[in-house]
Amino acid sequence: MIKRITAILVGLGILLLAVFLVYAWEASIPEQDPPSPGNFSQAMLEQGEALAGIGNCQSCHTVDPEQPLAGGRAFPTEFGTLYSTNITPDTATGIGTWSREAFHRAMREGISRNGAHLFPAFPYTHYTKVSDEDLDALYAYLMTREPVNAEPPGNDLRFPFNIRLLQAGWKLLFFEEGRYQPEDSRSELWNRGAYLAEGLGHCSACHTPRNDFGAEQTDLAYEGAVINNWYAPALNTSSLAPVAWTEASLYDYLRSGGSTYHGVAVGSMADVVHRGLGRAQDRDIRALASYFSAMAEPGSEEQAAQTATATIQAAQQRSAETLGYGEKVFTYACASCHYNDPENPSTLRPDLSLNTALRADNPMNLIRVTLEGVDNEEGLPGVVMPGFAELSNADISALLHFLRATHTDRPAWNNLEDEIERQRQEVATQTESAQ
Amino acid sequence: MSTTFTLNGQPVTLEVADDTPLLWSLRDDANLTGTKFGCGIGMCGACTVLINGRATRSCITPTKQVDGTAVTTIEGLDPEGEHPLQQAWVKTQTPQCGYCQSGQIMQAAAMLKDFPDPTDEQINQVMSGNLCRCMAYVRIREAIKLAAADMRGAGQGNEPNDGTDTTEGAAS
Repeated sequence: MIKRITAILVGLGILLLAVFLVYAWEASIPEQDPPSPGNFSQAMLEQGEALAGIGNCQSCHTVDPEQPLAGGRAFPTEFGTLYSTNITPDTATGIGTWSREAFHRAMREGISRNGAHLFPAFPYTHYTKVSDEDLDALYAYLMTREPVNAEPPGNDLRFPFNIRLLQAGWKLLFFEEGRYQPEDSRSELWNRGAYLAEGLGHCSACHTPRNDFGAEQTDLAYEGAVINNWYAPALNTSSLAPVAWTEASLYDYLRSGGSTYHGVAVGSMADVVHRGLGRAQDRDIRALASYFSAMAEPGSEEQAAQTATATIQAAQQRSAETLGYGEKVFTYACASCHYNDPENPSTLRPDLSLNTALRADNPMNLIRVTLEGVDNEEGLPGVVMPGFAELSNADISALLHFLRATHTDRPAWNNLEDEIERQRQEVATQTESAQ
Repeated sequence: MSTTFTLNGQPVTLEVADDTPLLWSLRDDANLTGTKFGCGIGMCGACTVLINGRATRSCITPTKQVDGTAVTTIEGLDPEGEHPLQQAWVKTQTPQCGYCQSGQIMQAAAMLKDFPDPTDEQINQVMSGNLCRCMAYVRIREAIKLAAADMRGAGQGNEPNDGTDTTEGAAS
């Protein structure tokens, strides 16, 4: 009897495994010669370039700016380190032998040309929403780039995460294939924004927390998350922005890297704005602004100005009532650039009381900008902020405690000095690995 | 290892390590010694220069960070040294030992763009990061107000050379 049950169980196990293998197995798509650039119209290439910008492909697929899209950037994850692939049309190390069909399948189903399952660090979970026409334009653009012969390092993932076939199981649990479906109750502009943000833009890949399997938690969409040692703030109704985002301010931010009543785009978001969206047309930036302003109960422009004035006034009032060490650091190191007339705050003098980084539960963004500054290519174009890494942890901690207490109504941060030291080490490691 | 930018209206390329503070590149490589070293940690304002028209502490700004920008030092604020602030400084006999003055003037020049008619409060807030150990603060404030009045009266014709402010209206 026991023998019989065991046999049945083993049989079932083998059957299930066989069913899974049949399910998981994907065919290889034959190699082909790279398409001739003459196949693609100029309009198609221009559209592809703008779309590649909106998808921000170059950010993940580039290490050396001299060799764009050649891959090799490391992505440390809880499962090991992944390296981005070479997506130039090089036939040996890139995607030069990929047909249109192979490219479409990779983007929409997360399957490489040779049939291997791709890891979801490549956001095919979003790209599956992209239209045929846009994928064709993107294919045309990528296939006409300069081929770079560069083999990225192999992935270094722990067992069993290194078994690509298991990704089929991940897809079964967390992936839904399908094109973007417009919402009829919404405007055309909103739908365009949703299509771009949820598809190629893959905005929620950074702004949504992930579960233990690395999948976006759809029930917490746009609740904010920590990624690449930056805090990507909440964009939904949980947004902590003291002045509600409006369509106009979102447009300013996404187009120029800053807006009067908000902080500026730094870190990965600077890449998104200046190198990615910089190539997108104005109407698409407006579409994104429309989509995201609707997500977080938009305020009116007039109300924004009033709230900003009241917020700055409150911060200045609270500052006047204290005379601590942190305030002295602020006066000597920060006020010359960050002080504002409450009635008329300037975009070029970002007022810290209006900055989400000061209100976030996690102080990492504020610490990093204080230590590292804001480069010419980040934030508002042309405005440079030097890093204040020369200040001691105690000085920076006093400064940030002062800012939190006076410029926000949020509870004090804990363990600031430890967190500042941790970020110092992170910055040092990054600088070393970049050299 | 090379940084290219506009310095006082002229294109320059400096061969210095990327993390060399801008202050030392200006003083030692571009031979512009009007910009002074004070504290070295961005807390006293003596080293203030303009980057794209914004006042910035050059002692903590890595040279690489100004790649592609327009930098203005006290030497380039006005070709004849007759910027309204410089004239007001002379008229009011503002400096005593003079060490902090180039930083003070550069900070004031940037401030007057944002606050063309500054109140005492605004001057205090914006200028407090520029220390003066001779305690010339009262005269500094007087000189700033004098220059501000002068510049408001002069209008567009007397635009100081404070770098191309490429950011103007960028996000308005």
